[in-house]
Amino acid sequence: MTLAMLSGRGIQSALEPAGEHAERIASLWDVFLGVSAVVYVLVIAFLFLALFRRRREDSADRSRSAFLAVSISTVLTTLVLFGLLVSSIVTGRRLAQMPAHALSVTVTGRQWWWQVDYESADPSKRVTSANELTIPAGVPVRVQLQSSDVVHSFWVPNLHGKQDLIPGHENAILLEASRPGVYRGQCAEFCGYQHAKMALWVNVLDPKDYERWIAAERATSRIPATPEQRKGQEIFMSSPCPLCHNIQGTDASGRTGPDLTHIASRRSIAAATLPNNRGNLAGWILDPQHVKPGSFMPPMVLEQGELEPLLTYLESLR
Amino acid sequence: MNVMEGTPYALPGATREHEELTRTWAPASGLLRWFRQVDHLIIGRRFIITAFIWFALGGLLAGLMRLQLAVPENTVLSNDQYNQVFTVHGITMMFLFAVPIMEAMAVFIIPLMIGTRALAFPRANAYAYYMLLFGGMMVYTALFLNMAPDAGWFNYPPLSGPAFSAGKRVDIWAELVNFTEISALTVAVEIIVTIFRQRAPGMSINRMPLYVWAMLVTSFMIVFAMPAVMVASNFIGLDRLVGTHFFNAAEGGDALLWQHLFWFFGHPEVYIIFIPALGMVSSIVSVFCRRPVFGYTAMVLSLVATAFIGFGLWVHDMFATGLPQSGESFFTAASMMIAIPSGVQIFCWIATIWLGKPSFRPPFLFVVGFIAIFVIGGLSGVMVASVPLDLQLHDTFFVVAHLHYVLIGGSLFPLLGAVFYWFPKMTGRMMNERAGHVSFWLVFAGFNLTFFPMHKLGLIGMPRRIYTYLPETGWGPLNLLSTAGAGVLALGMLVYFGNALVSMRRGALAGADPWGGATLEWATASPPPAYKFLHLPVVHGREPLWEGPENAPVVTGVSTKKREVLITRTLDAEPDHLYVYPGPTVWPFLAAVTTGSMLVAGLFTPWAFAIGTAALLVFMTGWFWPTTKKKEGEAPPNEGAAAA
Amino acid sequence: MKRLLAAALALIAILSSCEREERRFREMPAAAARNNTKRLVSLVPGPYTPDVRVREPYGYNAYAIAEGKRLFTWYNCTGCHANGGGGMGPPLMDSRWIYGSDPENIYATIVEGRPNGMPSFRGKVPEYQVWQLVAYVRSLSGNVPRDAATGRNDHMQVRTQEQSLPDLVPEKEPARQP
Repeated sequence: MTLAMLSGRGIQSALEPAGEHAERIASLWDVFLGVSAVVYVLVIAFLFLALFRRRREDSADRSRSAFLAVSISTVLTTLVLFGLLVSSIVTGRRLAQMPAHALSVTVTGRQWWWQVDYESADPSKRVTSANELTIPAGVPVRVQLQSSDVVHSFWVPNLHGKQDLIPGHENAILLEASRPGVYRGQCAEFCGYQHAKMALWVNVLDPKDYERWIAAERATSRIPATPEQRKGQEIFMSSPCPLCHNIQGTDASGRTGPDLTHIASRRSIAAATLPNNRGNLAGWILDPQHVKPGSFMPPMVLEQGELEPLLTYLESLR
Repeated sequence: MNVMEGTPYALPGATREHEELTRTWAPASGLLRWFRQVDHLIIGRRFIITAFIWFALGGLLAGLMRLQLAVPENTVLSNDQYNQVFTVHGITMMFLFAVPIMEAMAVFIIPLMIGTRALAFPRANAYAYYMLLFGGMMVYTALFLNMAPDAGWFNYPPLSGPAFSAGKRVDIWAELVNFTEISALTVAVEIIVTIFRQRAPGMSINRMPLYVWAMLVTSFMIVFAMPAVMVASNFIGLDRLVGTHFFNAAEGGDALLWQHLFWFFGHPEVYIIFIPALGMVSSIVSVFCRRPVFGYTAMVLSLVATAFIGFGLWVHDMFATGLPQSGESFFTAASMMIAIPSGVQIFCWIATIWLGKPSFRPPFLFVVGFIAIFVIGGLSGVMVASVPLDLQLHDTFFVVAHLHYVLIGGSLFPLLGAVFYWFPKMTGRMMNERAGHVSFWLVFAGFNLTFFPMHKLGLIGMPRRIYTYLPETGWGPLNLLSTAGAGVLALGMLVYFGNALVSMRRGALAGADPWGGATLEWATASPPPAYKFLHLPVVHGREPLWEGPENAPVVTGVSTKKREVLITRTLDAEPDHLYVYPGPTVWPFLAAVTTGSMLVAGLFTPWAFAIGTAALLVFMTGWFWPTTKKKEGEAPPNEGAAAA
Repeated sequence: MKRLLAAALALIAILSSCEREERRFREMPAAAARNNTKRLVSLVPGPYTPDVRVREPYGYNAYAIAEGKRLFTWYNCTGCHANGGGGMGPPLMDSRWIYGSDPENIYATIVEGRPNGMPSFRGKVPEYQVWQLVAYVRSLSGNVPRDAATGRNDHMQVRTQEQSLPDLVPEKEPARQP
């Protein structure tokens, strides 16, 4: 539903900046676009003039004026390019600055999802999540970028340009969102079978809401309260699920798949491919290869009457 | 009958010479004649046709891609199929079509344009053609066997490395590069030597047509750029098959090494595709405005400057990889600077049009279309040259738009114009002009409809190389428009090539010089006889045919009984010595078959290289076996005795 | 002779590439299969019938073997078997197969578990992934076609890449008594 509300509203657009860096880039874009439009109109105008001008019969040698015209055009071109170069470098320097940042997040690119680790000086306050990045508005957040397998690229156009995640390299990008909102990002470097569906959501919260959110994330998973949830947890633990997934506070401690401790608090599943609701969750668990063929989640074989409790349990993991 | 009658260099009473030359320069005959040709007209024609076949196949794949992306969550292609399709589309266009077609046109035209009877190293030329043919056959066979490369035409590791690409698919990519780069390098060397040492006497280096300059510059770029990608592709082949660690960070390699090596080739590659087109534009503008191109020196210097600067841009494909800011800024400056020589050329052409009398026939229309489209591509190129902008635009459909504007606008449009322009020289018939006009407008409109919306798509967040997208992104309508445009573009191409195919049989007969050309290729019959020029011309200016060729001097002393070629000096084209060129032979074909088999089988067993090298040694021995003085260059009896 | 063999292998390899290059993402999740294991004894009632040949789907599929390699780490087989050299568990890249080298035997080993420490992965690893692991384990001793076997890891070099491992014929030793 969130997706439907946000559809077509520039939630993954470089033209609707919602962060400081994206705003600078958008301004630079306006300059380049304006200059390019003028240049193009001039070139086409001269071309058309040359093509269609009335040619009188005089054979006066116009080469000198042609030489002048070409030389002036060349000089003008050089000056314009130089101006664009300067504005580009100035903007680039501002973008590259990495001021003191309040928050540090590590994003690890994996085929075909994003592992998000919220760092903290206190180890007990570190949080591991997946596919959604929640940050406070108005606060510079340094995102450390690394890859566990192939080259990916982290790109949230409303907030900043992209930066690659390269195995063996440590890259970083600074995000500073101007105001609360929800923005979509997508992997921008071809990374295999499901490159097309490796997206992520960035939730920008008011700083106070952020504090509340991160406190909730730091808590271990909710203990199942109802009999159905308990049954669901049993089904989870006896299925292949714990071999890949981690639910903090339980015996499920697999690290190869996304962390599910607070799965129900996320707005999407399968790396922003499906909205997170009961029906989609069921479809994803039973037949992930239908949604993302080639992804590493295998289909689950569940007995009659096992699916519903499992879903209830997963929905309780807020 | 004197076939040369009506051409500027025909001389009365030349019938005996014509018969002797026809016999001497006769193409191969007999059962195996297809495998034995070495003449540049024949090989050039094959080269052109084969390259256009790869173009058609690559275009079909593009059509499939557009169908898949027309609507969100489409099911025309699966993700695995789409990955293979977009990869093969890219490698077809970049490796199998764009560079080979430019070289192929040069193989046909350059010797005619500089007034000589052969391309240097004719047997190597045949070998290069077969390598292109076999390389393309390998890739398309692989596509049908579900083993086409699927990691993108740029093939980045670690994805393309042994750990993340199973099977032989990426190995096919590595081998294809070997095929096409061997082919391209061979032809480049031939072109350089031909241009430097075989020009007509009097065609000093500052009297060479601009197209010849363009091909010379391009060939040098090929020589310096292609080795980088051969190195890279062999590195990835070694990583995958032998277990080396070039791109394995854990053992001291680096995934970025690939990117540097590849783009050091990749950026000059697009200028290798672009610069020949600039030469074609100069030829067409000159003839269709009835005056030499304005600013010859500036044009030549611009070509050379573009080539040099083109080697200093490659990091602009890597702006998002985390390289230091100041380093990246250098490449921004260079990437913007290269617009200056291109700008100079455009200004000079506009000046030429202004000063001349333009005639709006199809070749000239394609040139006007080139200017209109290429300038957009150049401007979007200046945008992505800027690091901050590129951080948003890199790897999005904006770049897809940019690259197609510069490659299709900058290279394909001039090529289509040049094919129309030189068609009479190649086939002896004219392409239909009305169909030419129709095809131009269809291609122009279809191209813009297809690719202009992609600028917007990139800006609103659509990345490249995705097999589908969600409806909520809102990218559907522009993609549908783009697919519709692709249909129009395809129709335009069909009309154009249909025109060409039909005109080959039923076009109006063209004389030696249907357009009133200025350069030497129009001084011989259409199509040229096997000996190209009855009398080798001597030139005194840049536009030989416009400078009163009726009493033009010709070269004497070149034997008509041997395949003798006049070698002249590099700078001032003074005659230096005579050299006898080889006639038809089957060794190049055998060598190419051996090389090709060795490369393909090498993917499966290292024994292929051992056996292949041994076989190649045998065939190269046959190739270089010296013939006796008596047999050298003598025409085989009874070959090609065409009616005089 | 060897060269002829190499040439013949190359020809077969090229001709049967379809199977090698298949990427089958959607395997049907099978219910507990009946005929996925071999008999443990050769004594049968009634007339002798040979063992049903089990369908081993992945012996020649490069993608499946590569998946098996990935799963070998992800399911922590390396914890006991290291990268084929063994540790707490026996080595997998030699010619000694305690419980048999046929794909069905390896399948049974993984699914049922074995005495002295091999866990049972029944219900924990989907069936088609067990077959992918089977194919990979066999590749560790060179028992899959060379052009389908995987290349080197993207990690520190732990041993020769699988496609260069020597072909080891399984020893004809009877199963060890527990």
